[in-house]
Amino acid sequence: MKIKNVLTYCFISSLFLFSLICIWKILVTLQGIELSNFNFNKLFIFGIILCAINLLIGKKLNLNIKVIILALLLSIFDYFISINLPIWYSLGIFLIALFFFNNIKNYDKNFLSKNHSSQKLFFNYLTLFGITLFSFVILFPFYMMLVTSFKTQALLLLNPLDFSINFAQGLPELFKSYFIVFKDYNFGRYMLTSTIVSLGTVIITLIFAIPAAYAVARLNFFGKNFLSTSILIIYLFPAIVLVIPLYTIFSQLGLRNSIEGLLIVYTATTLPVAIYMLQGYFKSIPKELEEAGIIDGQNWLGIIFKIILPLSLPAISSVALYVFMIAWNEFLFSLMFLDRPNTFTLSRAIQFLNVGAETPRQYLMAGSVVVTLPILIIFVYFEKYLVSGLTAGSVKG
Amino acid sequence: MSTKLAKIEKRTAYLLILPSVLLVFSIILFPIFSNIWISFKNVELKDLRIPEPRAKKLVKSINDNPNQIKVIYKLRNSSLTQEITNVKFKDKYPDNIEPISLNNKCQFKSNLLKCELGNWPKKYRENLEIVFQNTNNQEISKKEIKSYKPKLSGKSQNILLTYEFTLNNFKKVIKDKAFIDLLSTTFYYTFFGTIGAIVFGILAAQMVNQKFFGRTFIRSVLLFPYVAPVVALAYTWELLLDPTSGTLNNLLINYQIIDGPINLLGQKYVTLNILGFDFKLRLALTTVIIFEIWRYFPLAFLFILARLQAVPKELYEAADVDGANPIQKFLNITLPQILAVISILFMIRFIWNFNKFEDIFLLTGGASGTRTLPINVYQQGFSIGDIGMGSAVSIVIVVFLLIFMFIYFKLLGKRADEN
Repeated sequence: MKIKNVLTYCFISSLFLFSLICIWKILVTLQGIELSNFNFNKLFIFGIILCAINLLIGKKLNLNIKVIILALLLSIFDYFISINLPIWYSLGIFLIALFFFNNIKNYDKNFLSKNHSSQKLFFNYLTLFGITLFSFVILFPFYMMLVTSFKTQALLLLNPLDFSINFAQGLPELFKSYFIVFKDYNFGRYMLTSTIVSLGTVIITLIFAIPAAYAVARLNFFGKNFLSTSILIIYLFPAIVLVIPLYTIFSQLGLRNSIEGLLIVYTATTLPVAIYMLQGYFKSIPKELEEAGIIDGQNWLGIIFKIILPLSLPAISSVALYVFMIAWNEFLFSLMFLDRPNTFTLSRAIQFLNVGAETPRQYLMAGSVVVTLPILIIFVYFEKYLVSGLTAGSVKG
Repeated sequence: MSTKLAKIEKRTAYLLILPSVLLVFSIILFPIFSNIWISFKNVELKDLRIPEPRAKKLVKSINDNPNQIKVIYKLRNSSLTQEITNVKFKDKYPDNIEPISLNNKCQFKSNLLKCELGNWPKKYRENLEIVFQNTNNQEISKKEIKSYKPKLSGKSQNILLTYEFTLNNFKKVIKDKAFIDLLSTTFYYTFFGTIGAIVFGILAAQMVNQKFFGRTFIRSVLLFPYVAPVVALAYTWELLLDPTSGTLNNLLINYQIIDGPINLLGQKYVTLNILGFDFKLRLALTTVIIFEIWRYFPLAFLFILARLQAVPKELYEAADVDGANPIQKFLNITLPQILAVISILFMIRFIWNFNKFEDIFLLTGGASGTRTLPINVYQQGFSIGDIGMGSAVSIVIVVFLLIFMFIYFKLLGKRADEN
C-alpha cells in the first residue's frame, strides 16, 4: 500500500463528503433556517479522520455496523459544532453520511494497493456527486418557481432565502396567487387560447404531413430527392429570419392578432420536421402490406387510412406530442403577432405581465407554473414518445 | 400499362405533397426571399399601415329650424407619409330627406350620397358640410342618420411594392461601429454555449450510463430544462439572479463568499484577478451562456447517452485486461465512439445557437453587452422601427447560415461516404 494512495483517498473522500454536506446545508438554508457557515476546516479534517478509520477497520467488523458507527460519529460531531439547529437537519446529515460510508465501506488496504485505485475512486465520487449536483441545479429553479408562487409579497421580501412551504395557512391562502392569476389576470382565457392553438397546430400539421410523408416515402415522382433534402434545409432556417417579412405581410393582410395567423405560421414551421419524422417511419413499414391492399382494390386513400395509419400510430403520437410541445412553448411569433390581450397565448401573457406594470413576483411565478406544469406532466407521462420525437426533431431547438 | 400506372402514381404524389409544399413555400420560403426585397428598401414600421381615407360623421340640428339638419364629415388621410389618390365617398340617408345644396363633387341619388373627392396628400384634413331638409313633414331622426356609416375607398401606393431600392441599409449595417462587436458577441455566445452544452452533456451521459437507483427518474429530470417553456424558465432565472432579492446573491452573501450583491445580468464587465493578471470577463454574456448551457445540455445528453449505450461492453473489458485506467478508457474508447455524434451535435447546436433569440431577449433584452445578431434584428425592426434595417441584418444571418449549412452538409456527406 502506497502512502500516496492513502493520502489521496482520504483527501478526495473527505472533500466529496464535505461537498455533499454543503448541498444539504444549502438546502437547509433555503428552508429559512439561519446557517451561515460551512465549517470547512473542522468538517474536512474530521472527514479525513473518519475515512482513515474506515480504511483501518477494513473488513474486520461487520460492514453495516461499521457504516452506522461512522455515520453516527459524523452527525454527533456536526451536532456539536453547529448550534441551535432542528433535529431533522442532523437526521439529514446522518443519512448523507450513511449513504457516503455505505459507498466506501468496501475500501480497505487491498483496494488501495490495486492499480489506478485513486482514479477509480475519483470517478466513483464524481458520479455520486455529479448526479446529486446535476439534479440539484436542474430542479432548483423549478422548485423555486413553485414555492415562490405559494408565497406572499411580504414574506418574499422578509427573507429571500426562505423556501419553505407553510401548509398550516390552509389551501385557499396557499393557492391565492393562482386564484388571482386566473381571476384578475385572465389566465383561464390565455390557457384556452394556448390549448386551442397547440391542438389546432397538431391536427393541421398531421393532416398536411401524413399524405406528404407517405408520398415522399413510397411514391416515385420527379423531384423526390430534391424535396426530401430541401425539407431538412428548410427546417434549419430559424424563426428570426422569417419574422420581419411575415410581420409585414401579416400586418397588411390583417392576420396579426388572430389565432388563424398563429396557426398558419406554427403549422408551416412544424411541417418540415413532421414530414421528416413520419417518412422515416413509413419507409420501415413492409411494402407487402400495401401491395396486399392494392390487390384488395384499395385506392391510395384507403391504403393510408386502413394500413399505414394504424401501423404507424407510435410514430404519429411522437410527432403529435413533439409538435404540441413546440406550439405550446413557442414565444417569438406570439410576441410579434399578438399585441391585444384578448388573443394572447400563455407565453405571451407571462411576458406581458413581466414587462408591464410592477407585477408581484408570486403572480409571475404562478403564471409560469401554469404554463410549465402541463408540458412537464405530458413529458413525464408520455416520455417514451416524446424522447423519440426529441431525438428525431432535435435539429431544431 | 406500366407507364399509365406510373403516371397515376406521379399525379397522386403531387396531389399529396401539394398542400404542404404550398404552405411551406408561402410561410417559409417566400418570406426568406422577401427579406432580400425588403432589405433594399427604406421601410419603417409606421409605413406598414396601409393609408386609408377616414370620415367621422357628425349630425347637428340647426337652430330654430326643425326641418333642416346639418351633417358634417370630418375627412382625413390616416397616413402621415403617403398620398391617397382617387378617393370615393358613399353614404346612405333615410327616405324623407334631401340635400339643399351640393358642391360639384357630390351627387345625391335615391337616398345615396356619392362624392368624388379626388387626391388627398399626406396628413390631409377637410370638413365636408351638407345641409339637409325633410321632404315630408315627419321629424328628422338624428339617430337614423347617424346609424349609417360612410364608406370610403381610395388608392394608395404600397411602399413595399414600389420599385425604389436603396443600398443604405447594408451600408449602415456594415459601417456601424458596433458591427464587429455584434459579430464577436454572437460568435462568443454561440461557440461557448455549444461547447458547454456538449461538455456537460458528455458528463451527464457518463453518469447516467451507470446503473444506480432512480436512474430513469434522473434521466427524465435532466430533460426538464429542454422541454419546459422558455418564458417561464427565463423569468425564474431572472428572479434567481436578481441582485437585491435574488436567491443566489443572498445565498452567497449568507455564506460570506462575496461581500456585496453582483448584478449578474446587468453588469457588462467584471474584472477578475488571476495570478496577478487582470482579466476582463463579460459578466452578463457569461450568465446568458450559462443559461443557454443549462437549457440545452439535455439534448446533447440524450444523444450521447443513446450512443454510449450502443458501445460494445467487450471494449471496456479488453481495456480492463490491458490495465487501462479510467481516463485512458474514456480517451481511447468512449471518446472515439461518440466523436461522430459530437461533431453532428456541434454543427446543429452551433447553427441553432447562432440564431437563438428568445433566451437572451427574455433574460437581458440585449442589454449589458449581450446583443447578438438575432437580437439586433428585433431591435432594428421593432424597437427602432426600421424594418429595412432589420431585414438587412436578417440577410447577414442568412448568409452566415448558408455557410454553416454548406459545411454541415459537406461533413454529413463525408460521414455518409465513410460508412
